[in-house]
This record gives sequence, C-alpha cells and structure tokens, in this order.
Amino acid sequence: MATATHTPGTTEQALPDAAGHFGRYGGVFVAETLMAPLAELRQAYDHLRGDADFRAELDWTLKHFVGRPTPLYYAQRWSERIGGARIYLKREDLDHTGAHKINNTVGQALVAKHMGKQRVIAETGAGQHGVASATVAARLGMQCVVYMGEEDTERQKTNVFRMRLLGAEVVPVRSGSRTLKDALNEAMRDWVANIDDTYYIIGTVAGPDPYPRMVRDFHCVIGEETREQMMALEGRLPDALVACVGGGSNAIGLFHPFLGEDSVQMYGVEAGGEGLATGHHGAPLCAGRPGILHGNRTYLMTDEAGQITSTHSISAGLDYPGVGPEHAWLKDSGRVEYLAVDDDEALAAFHDLTRTEGIMPALETAHAVAYAGRLAATMACDQTIVVNLSGRGDKDMDTVAQHSGGME
Amino acid sequence: MSRIASRFDRLREAGRTALIPYITAGDPTPAVTVDLLHGMAASGADLLEVGVPFSDPQSDGPVIQDACQRALAQGVTLRHVLEMVGEFRERDTETPVVLMGYSNPIEAMGIEAFTAAAAAAGVDGVIVVDAPPEEGGELIEALIDQNIDPIFLVAPTTADERLARICTAARGFIYYVSLKGVTGAGTLAHGDIAGKVDSIRAHSNLPVGVGFGIRDAESAALVGKSADAVVVGSAVVSRIAEHGDDPARTQQEVRRFIGSLRAALDGTA
Repeated sequence: MATATHTPGTTEQALPDAAGHFGRYGGVFVAETLMAPLAELRQAYDHLRGDADFRAELDWTLKHFVGRPTPLYYAQRWSERIGGARIYLKREDLDHTGAHKINNTVGQALVAKHMGKQRVIAETGAGQHGVASATVAARLGMQCVVYMGEEDTERQKTNVFRMRLLGAEVVPVRSGSRTLKDALNEAMRDWVANIDDTYYIIGTVAGPDPYPRMVRDFHCVIGEETREQMMALEGRLPDALVACVGGGSNAIGLFHPFLGEDSVQMYGVEAGGEGLATGHHGAPLCAGRPGILHGNRTYLMTDEAGQITSTHSISAGLDYPGVGPEHAWLKDSGRVEYLAVDDDEALAAFHDLTRTEGIMPALETAHAVAYAGRLAATMACDQTIVVNLSGRGDKDMDTVAQHSGGME
Repeated sequence: MSRIASRFDRLREAGRTALIPYITAGDPTPAVTVDLLHGMAASGADLLEVGVPFSDPQSDGPVIQDACQRALAQGVTLRHVLEMVGEFRERDTETPVVLMGYSNPIEAMGIEAFTAAAAAAGVDGVIVVDAPPEEGGELIEALIDQNIDPIFLVAPTTADERLARICTAARGFIYYVSLKGVTGAGTLAHGDIAGKVDSIRAHSNLPVGVGFGIRDAESAALVGKSADAVVVGSAVVSRIAEHGDDPARTQQEVRRFIGSLRAALDGTA
C-alpha cells in the first residue's frame, strides 16, 4: 500500500498571513466600528483553536449532534454507467440539518459561547446556513436573528418555517437586490449596532479576517475524514476532488487538507446560471474580477464602475456575487481549477444522481455532480474522484418541480 | 496649505464650529447635485461631503441606502461624481469638498487614475468607509502625493493603541463616529462624545468632526460644544428624498435646514 504523507505548513496551507491576506486577497476591509469586535474575535478564536478542551467539546458535538463522521460512498452504478473513474460521494447531505453548513455553525456557536455572547445573527441565501445557525442557537439557548433576502424568503419558504420553528427571528431584507448579498449587508449593520452582546456567524469562507480561515478550519473535517476514508477504502489518495463553489465553504473544507498533495487535482464548480456568455450567472472566479466587498478583497461580479451586479443561479445558495478570498488566491496560483456548470446541466445531474444512486443532491451540489460526471468520463477506471455531496435536495422540491414539469 | 486646513484655521480664529453637510452625488438626479452644493455653501456649510453612490453601502442606514439606489438607477459612477465636483469648482474655489464612499468603485477605477482625477476636479479629502489605515496604504500614499487629505473614522469602539495609529495616518480632520451603528441611526450619548473628542485631541492636532446621528439644530448645537465640526448626513438626505420631484423646493428646504443648523451652531438660533 502506497503511503501518502500529510504535509502541513506547505505554502498553500500556511495562509492567510497575520493580517488575514491570501496573497493579495482577503484582509479586513470594514468600517472602523467593527475593527475592535473583529480583534476580539481573532483573539478568542486564536486562543480556542489551540485549546484542548475546546477541541474536545467541538469533536464531541460533531460526533453526537452533527452525526460525524459522514460516509464516503462509492457511487458504483453511476460510475459504471459513465465508464471512467470511480466516483466517491462525501455524504455531507447526511449531516444534521441536511448540509455541510452545520460543521461551521456548531464551531462558531461554541466560540460565541466562550466569548459570553448571548445573541447570534446570521445571513442566509438558500436558508441552509440560517437553519444551521437557528439549530445551534436553539441547542445553546441563544437568541438568534437570521437575515434573508426577501426574494429568497419567497423561494425557500420551508426553510423560513424551519428557522421560525427553531425559535429564530427571520428578517426579510428589502434593500438592494433583496438576495444573499443584501442579507449580508444587513447582518453587518445589525452587528455594528449590537457588538457588545452579539456574535455574527458568517456562513461562508468570506468576510473580514478571521472569518475566512475560521470557517475553513471548521469545515476541514470534511477533507480530513475523506483522506482517512480513501486510504482505508482505496489505499491511496484520490486523483481528483470536485465541489461546488458559491462562497466556497464546502469546497475549501474538502480541498484544504489536500493542498499540499500535488497528485490530487481539484475542481471548483461555480454557478453558470443561464450561461457565462449571458451575464446571468454566479461565477465571479470564471467571469468576474478582483474587487472589495463584505470585508475582503476577492473576485467579484461587478460592472466597470465597481457596482456589484446581480447574480443568477437556479440554486439560491450559489447566488452570490463574491467568493472566499482563499479561492481567489488558489485560482491565481493555479492550484485549483474553477469552471462553471449552467442551470440546465445542474438540473439534469440532479435527476441523474437521484435515479441512478437514490441520492437526491441539493441543486448547489448538483453543479459539482454534473462536472464530476464529465470529468469521470475522461479518466481511467483505476482512477478516483471524490465529490463533496454538500447538501440534500429536499429543500429544492419546488424549484425542481417548476423546472421539470410539476410533481407528477 | 490645503483648503481643509485653511478653512479650519479661519473657523478657529473666528471661534466657530464647522458645519459639514452630506449629500449623495446624483440624488435625486445628477442635474441638481452641483446646485445643491452651491446652495449649501451659500446657506452656511463650511465643508461639503459628497457621497459616492455604491450598490452595497454596509455602513449606511436606510436613508443613505435609498439615496445610493436613486443615484445608481440613473447610472451615476465615480467618474460622474468627479465631474460634478469639477463643475462645482468652476464657481467655488474656496469651500473644501470631501468625498465619502466605499473601496470598490475606487478599485475599479484604479487608485492612480482616481487620485489624479480627484485632484484635477478639486477634491480636498477622501473618506473610504471600508478601508481602515491597515488596508489603505497604497491609496493613502497616492492621495497624499496629490495633496488630497485621507480622512479616517474613529469609532466609540476604537482602542487607544489604534487611535494613535489612525491619527498618524490621518490628514485634514478626524471623523468621530458618534454611535455604534450605521448612518442616521440611534440617539446620541453626548457625555461620551465630549470625552472621546478629548482623547482624540490627546493624539492629534487635527480638528475633530463628529457625525452619524446628528439630526437637527438641537443635536448639532450640543455636539458643536465639544467638536470642531459637525457632520449632518441622513437628515439632509431625507429632506432631499421628501421633495425629490421638485428641484426648486428641494433646494429651498435644504438651504433652510442648513441655515437652521448654522444658526444653532453660532448660537444665534
């Protein structure tokens, strides 16, 4: 059996630097009022991440509350039908609440608890991060307010109801484009006004330092488990990793523990929407340019004057004009390849995986599934791909029905 | 000496507090902005703060968010804002103009191109809300090269150590954000303001302006007792929003409001 050695501290894995920069990306681009609470958070997190008791509490919660480790499942029927690489699915859809998002919210909620904060706020697009935040807040007896674009509250009604059942207040955001980016703006405004008692649980690997690295650290359990599971199942590392990228949290969680392994190819799949050429998409890495939004420098969808442009994706969770700064850096360095899958191809992949494997992916996840299918066909049958099956599709029934001719 | 410094010098000699009203450029229409700037200068404004509209103004409350949206709906860009300042300068070479906005429009234009065009237009100071001194290095240098003052915010949460650092980077004046919140929010805690203004003065000889949450003559007068300048934004913008479809009425209301603030600051109200 070939041995693979984990090499922490390689250039890719050592970032960000002390100022929160991934190369030229990342940083702390916020109003002065937030500099102090961010410094407080940085100090708390830097202490807790090295604290054995905190780690033990987090591990216990991941095991008994989230349901980790999640399986690494060989999608045999689907792989054989494609006739190329063997495709494994990392089953984050089996996490409590149905998506990877909860790995981060349990971590941040514990940080909030240790900081003595009684109130947590969150932004949400598809509602998965909002549900995951409301869930951990309920468990810890904290007050929870979730900001959600008005448009998203309409297309994700079930998740709004779930959050309310969990005791959270859901605030529909009517400013700007009334989607995820505006929910983030509104959550930041709430935080500025309530910094003394409030902890802001950002749902992706974006925002000002320390959020991109902290959220990444909490999701790295995905890649770490995958590594162990692949060694046990195949006796070697996977040849390729595939994950969808909105803000990029599930992707970085899978990729990061493998960044030092040159033999592992990585593919981040953005929302191609109606096609990159139409401009109606959510693919800043493929078709955007560097800029500054939500506390960090990263690739953004903006017009020539620097205004943030509206995005489109069949999946609300990928409907975001920015992306985590570490992805921006990994794109420029060439370590990860980023590409886009459009709405139709994602929807087809949703049906394909559902019928072939009995696993219904979230529409976000279906973008990664679609590309993995394409990639597998170009690879040999002794090669392997791991797809991060980041969430389950139950929340998307209405959207799928609407695009696929009803519930019949 | 810069226009900002000489304006504050003259005010100090006269024992007066500076009045700095804010409007968002292009709100309600690009056609009225320059007239409004002249109108405010004529009715008692000492410096003018001009907002650069941005799609995602995270530090602004609903009033200025809406103003940004109205301006953006008409396609107003940073280049247009600089043209407006240039046009204002054709008839007013005395009143300092400070731009206030967010990083991304400047990033998109390019720092060198922006600072050169701003200097040519007659901009005197620039506040970039989401660029603290730690991240603003390149911009700060480029502004200073063009003799434009980089102006920084100090918040109630700013610790002493950071205050020293901000004061080192700052030029023109120090802008103290008087509350924890967004523009136009909340109620002022006047006692805290005086104390914080004093601690800023311990670190800097620059004038101290206070803004965020000053909404009328009364609060302006109260803040004016401890500050060198009071900044009034949302309260001006909401008057523009109210009469936006009638430019003459807008001009009249804004002038009347600026006049009332001026009188309150001068103790002649």
